[in-house]
Amino acid sequence: MATTAEIVERCQALFDDLHFETARAWKSAEPGRKVVGYMPIYVPREIIHAAGMLPLGILGGGDQLEVIHGDAYYQSYICRIPRSTIELGVSGRLDFVDGMLFPSICDVIRNLSGMWKLMFPEVYVRYFDVPQNYVDEIGGNYYVNELRELREGLEQLGGRKITDEALSRSIAVYNENRRLVGAVYDFRAERPWQAPASDVYLLTRAGMVLPVEEHNALLQDYLTAARAEEKPLRDNCRVVLTGMFCEQPPLNLIKSLELSGCYVVDDDLMLITRWLLDDVPTDGDPLDNLAKAFLHQSTATAAKYEPDLKEKGQHLVRAVRRTGAEGVIFAAPSFCDPALLDRPMLQHVLKAENIPYIAFKYAENSGQMQPIREQAGTFADSIKLWSET
Amino acid sequence: MSTATAQRPEVRKDDSMLKQKVMMAAHYDRLTSAKETGRKVASTFVPGNLNELVMCFDLLNNLPEVNAIQSGLRKQSGGYVMEAEKLGHSEDVCTYVKSDIGMMAKGNVGPNGKSLPAPDVLLLSYTGCFTFMKWFELLREQYQCETIMLHTPYEGDGKITANMRDYMVKQLKEEVIPTLERVSGVKFDIDRLREYLRESVKAEEDLVWVLQSAKNRPSPIDAYFGGIYYIGPIFGAFRGTPEATDYYRALRTEVDARVAAGKGPVTPEGDMGEEKYRLVVEGPPNYTSFREFWKMFYDEGAVVVASSYTKVGGVYDFGFRHDPDHPLESLADYCLGVYTNRNLPQRVDMLATYVDEYDADGLLINSIKSCNSFSAGQLLIMREVERRTGKPGAFIETDLVDPRYFSPANVKNRLESYFQMIEQKRSGRRAPAAPVAAADTGGVGGAA
Repeated sequence: MATTAEIVERCQALFDDLHFETARAWKSAEPGRKVVGYMPIYVPREIIHAAGMLPLGILGGGDQLEVIHGDAYYQSYICRIPRSTIELGVSGRLDFVDGMLFPSICDVIRNLSGMWKLMFPEVYVRYFDVPQNYVDEIGGNYYVNELRELREGLEQLGGRKITDEALSRSIAVYNENRRLVGAVYDFRAERPWQAPASDVYLLTRAGMVLPVEEHNALLQDYLTAARAEEKPLRDNCRVVLTGMFCEQPPLNLIKSLELSGCYVVDDDLMLITRWLLDDVPTDGDPLDNLAKAFLHQSTATAAKYEPDLKEKGQHLVRAVRRTGAEGVIFAAPSFCDPALLDRPMLQHVLKAENIPYIAFKYAENSGQMQPIREQAGTFADSIKLWSET
Repeated sequence: MSTATAQRPEVRKDDSMLKQKVMMAAHYDRLTSAKETGRKVASTFVPGNLNELVMCFDLLNNLPEVNAIQSGLRKQSGGYVMEAEKLGHSEDVCTYVKSDIGMMAKGNVGPNGKSLPAPDVLLLSYTGCFTFMKWFELLREQYQCETIMLHTPYEGDGKITANMRDYMVKQLKEEVIPTLERVSGVKFDIDRLREYLRESVKAEEDLVWVLQSAKNRPSPIDAYFGGIYYIGPIFGAFRGTPEATDYYRALRTEVDARVAAGKGPVTPEGDMGEEKYRLVVEGPPNYTSFREFWKMFYDEGAVVVASSYTKVGGVYDFGFRHDPDHPLESLADYCLGVYTNRNLPQRVDMLATYVDEYDADGLLINSIKSCNSFSAGQLLIMREVERRTGKPGAFIETDLVDPRYFSPANVKNRLESYFQMIEQKRSGRRAPAAPVAAADTGGVGGAA
């Protein structure tokens, strides 16, 4: 049985590989295979999987990619993820990717879809819109048709039909993935010293590049190993981390939070793996099932409209209560419209619930962790010293 | 003579500008007296502004973007933006939002010096801008009033599909209209909507005629700085009203006379001199130094013959008109077609078409720090338009209503270099590596 260290070492290698060698190897293993990239925040990977293609999460270039060309496409006041993604594209690192999906998250990613069309005309490019109306007969019908268009687009790309049966099978595989990721998150919330935030991050991040079946096995192995191992419990406080759903923080930032005295017991990293909150039914019309899951059983986040004022921010309160967290850390990428515009409303909700919080910004290539470590350390100390609980 | 009078020459205004001033003043008076008159107020946005529908319910249309512009023009937005930042809003986000929130915190005083009313309903026409969604969530938190989401899907593939249109019509029928009925207490009458739409078409025809008059040499209008006045009534609370029809008929007559007289545009300092440069401009203007910004153009003989900003509240110059025979479908198509709801290849097509059809010397991009909907991708847009037209592009950076992001010396320097580059291009000489390029942003811009 592999140890958690061995599993995390493998995930780290996947994380470090900016040429996507694993995905390239998957593609070249059989003739005719296709790879479809997607950006945050959510796409129904089940449809790509059912087409026999590999869904590949593209999350920017991190802090190890030197951005040479990408900066020439963006003004200084635009976040970093699109420029490093352009860098990945123009430097040939994505030359094996046959399709790219740009989800509805913000105007920068939305416009990047048009840029990709202009810059890489040979690639299948789709802006993937989702409804902001959650009524079955209105937003639901629209979304089912959007899913149908995506399905048809991928059928054309792959040159073969995507059957309902294949879709339902893919839904089942991703249900398993969601259950396993959920189990890892539950385990971490229960015993955060056994499952460090950086390990969990690398583990879920591996799911962006691996075939889902392999990722499921990896998650299962990690759970088994983590339950069997004993690690020392530190006097850390428990925090929920929020705002990191798109541009990724440097790995060092996640590690720094823990080193500064915070156990991360919930977060919104790799939100696609936990977007749908429950199993999607595997019987009946698969597109209808995916649509209903999106409308009625998907997570709250800044990129989605919250129709009910009373519900605004409650997902965060519930996350705090569910995980026994003692505070919330708002960590948003610089110039991130969704995270930064949403933040004051979420903070008002936390304040009303007497939940302490701090906020800072980062970029995927932030190098200086000391200020963040000091801020998080002070936050942790203040919770330990002054918290009423 | 007072010092103030000596330093500030009287601003020249056309009759149409004066007419619009009266219209706007009356509108703000209606808004600020809503409590006394018992009128109810709907706040909504300029792109995807359903003014005809709003009027069907006897609601007054309040546009927070326009309020922010008014604050910018009156040099008040800087203080409002900082007030919002003090309240916890990030320095990184849209300054329209922060100006609006700061204005609320300071008593919500409108341009007429009276308090604007709290809206009875927020009509969140989520069209072409992500920030809109968060903006009205923020206002909802403040006002605790009914909020209607009308989601306009983005034209990701550069076309309006039947699915998009059906989705919008369904939202209008099943969510927007019933809620407006409930809030206003007025029953929806589709024939009333048709009547308003019939009126809209008249104004749209005349607006397009005015915008296209810039194809003349010299252009009788400035389609950016002047254009902002021209779009005021139709993008605001007047589309579908007889006042708008009258305004655009009067404007057309006025512009027609300028064409006949071979005159260029009117500027705040009177008729513009010789037309030396014809530009297409992409992006919104800066409002905190609007006059100073405009002067940098007309002092050099530069006239803007077409702009994308004058299409942000509706693209009419490629044939779209509101259709009284298909009222809801037509409202849907209107929202779907606004400039910022079009994908980048469509925007490139439009701008390159403008450069060709208006015989422009090139494309100037005013990139706005606040507005990712416009700004993300503009450097590629510039490169593509340069490639297609063979005309040079240039790139400047300012902000909508945050005076901290307007650097006059820098902007002027870049503009002067750009005009020099156009001259050199005309004379066939090789353009130097001009500082017109987006020097701050990596340097894609500049000469092709």
